[in-house]
Amino acid sequence: MPGPSTAEAQSEVQRLQQIAYTLRVDIIETLAKAGSGHPGGSLSAIDVVTCLYFSRMKLDPKRPDWPERDRFVLSKGHAVPAQYVAMAEKGYFPKEWLKGLRTLGSPLQGHPVNHLLPGIEACTGSLGQGLSVAQGMALASKLDGDKFHVYCMIGDGESQEGQIWEAAMSAPKYKLDTLTLILDYNHGQIDGHTEEVMPLEPVADKWRAFNWNVLSIDGHDIAAILGALDAARSHKGRPTFIIANTVKGKGVSFMENQISWHGTAPNKEQTEKALAELRAHAPGGKA
Amino acid sequence: MATMKATRDAFGEALARMGEKFPNVVVLDADLAKSTKSDAFAKKFPSRFFEMGIAEANMVGTAAGLALAGKVPFCCSFACFITGRFDTVRLSVAYSKANVRLVGSHAGIAIGDDGYSQQGLEDVAAMRSLPGMAVIQPADDVETEAAVEFLCSHVGPAYLRTTRQKLERVNDPATYKFELGKAVELVPGGTDAVIFATGGEVAFAVQAARALKGEGLSVGVANIHTIKPLDAAAVVRLAQQAKAVVTAEDHQINGGLGSAVAEALSEAGVGRKLLRIGLRDAFGESGTPEELLAHFKMDAAGITGQVRDFLKR
Repeated sequence: MPGPSTAEAQSEVQRLQQIAYTLRVDIIETLAKAGSGHPGGSLSAIDVVTCLYFSRMKLDPKRPDWPERDRFVLSKGHAVPAQYVAMAEKGYFPKEWLKGLRTLGSPLQGHPVNHLLPGIEACTGSLGQGLSVAQGMALASKLDGDKFHVYCMIGDGESQEGQIWEAAMSAPKYKLDTLTLILDYNHGQIDGHTEEVMPLEPVADKWRAFNWNVLSIDGHDIAAILGALDAARSHKGRPTFIIANTVKGKGVSFMENQISWHGTAPNKEQTEKALAELRAHAPGGKA
Repeated sequence: MATMKATRDAFGEALARMGEKFPNVVVLDADLAKSTKSDAFAKKFPSRFFEMGIAEANMVGTAAGLALAGKVPFCCSFACFITGRFDTVRLSVAYSKANVRLVGSHAGIAIGDDGYSQQGLEDVAAMRSLPGMAVIQPADDVETEAAVEFLCSHVGPAYLRTTRQKLERVNDPATYKFELGKAVELVPGGTDAVIFATGGEVAFAVQAARALKGEGLSVGVANIHTIKPLDAAAVVRLAQQAKAVVTAEDHQINGGLGSAVAEALSEAGVGRKLLRIGLRDAFGESGTPEELLAHFKMDAAGITGQVRDFLKR
């Protein structure tokens, strides 16, 4: 946790920027090796995922079943490469395992599977379900005296699922301040721009109307993400909904805002181009 | 006069009793607590009861989350509505190996006049298809109570199917023990036919066996309270002793107990002609439970007649 001084907070932000950079490289390399997967939504989510795993979540990679650990449920399960690279970096499993993504017998399935990979909290991938599961965990935490916090990330396309709105209604009923929901608002889904496929706006008004504490931030601004996560955790009596305004494919210019990179892995040439670009913009000029 | 009780009532009472012994048990319902009978638990343990409103998918997912965080949730609705949220059951419960007990009440046509939309008739087929999902349908109040107690400490996802209508008691409360996946032989020694029955059909099958005995036919009855895992050994053994095999369930004949028995016999290479009693690729209807059970030939007289005709063929 950063101390009260600005210098400490700044160094925390720089530390996390460095990790996020490393994880972006890992995402590209992992997907290139697998030859399939979802770079767009993984790259849009990675800054938030970095802040959760490396700063704000109470975790112990050596004890993934620790009852009082904070939980992260990635409801948009197709972005799981973002979670896998964070877990590997954090020490849940050897980084070598990333090479097995999407291969037969690997615990790193195409979508997250809790019983194959300790540290994954639930199976997701049929969109719309993870928020309800996260809500159940947050209820369990409440029953036991607010033992842990539950973070859930959904996609904007995913928000078209009816079950999301069922949970949107029920979490405030139970005053679930043990639950923080993050929207990875990257505006893209398989069939096109989210606003064309099925308009989501006014999204902040919708969640406010459902009685959530709503925050809106730049989902690639580490300091803003940390601030929102802290505000969510200290907000009592209601669950918090953080709109993380993100860019699909963030960090790789030819992937940014391109729907075609929703579910396509880069080939060899594209991989090299992507990695070169990431290195060129590495924080602190580190290559 | 035999003891009569709906298995949903036995479920509700048992669950409320178990709440004290099992502090991790929690209960969810979707605006049907008065019908599924989870309301008894809600009154006794209000902080461990979650009224989720008419939003079953969210209820099922929430139950999965509670289970993954160490609770033992009983997640209650009508059987047909739980079936309707199959995708959530499939991923959030079954694939996540969440320790959820899905409780589907209002099984079958015998709920009566509400008609097909409220009748659980495909639930066993759906739940049986999911890896690791136990499927339990008690035949009376004694069995229901024992099954509920079993489920409070069982590990793994399970589906419990209960009835709206009262069922005649077929088990002795003084001696009954519930064993998951064990058939209960209620009428032994059927050499002409053996009836594998489940839920509300069990008492009718026993009555039919008695009636047919009076006609000189030897008909055995086994209560299959666990449809999955099926007691394949007992099914094979009893089928081999008989000339013909009958299944009886208040469910579609496709995918339910009838299918499970056919699969077990075929896999074991046991060739017996098979009569599956239940809904023959048909929708349920409105009517009184008695009228419907007679109409679909699923009451004692219906089973008696169907088995008699079948054995003549």
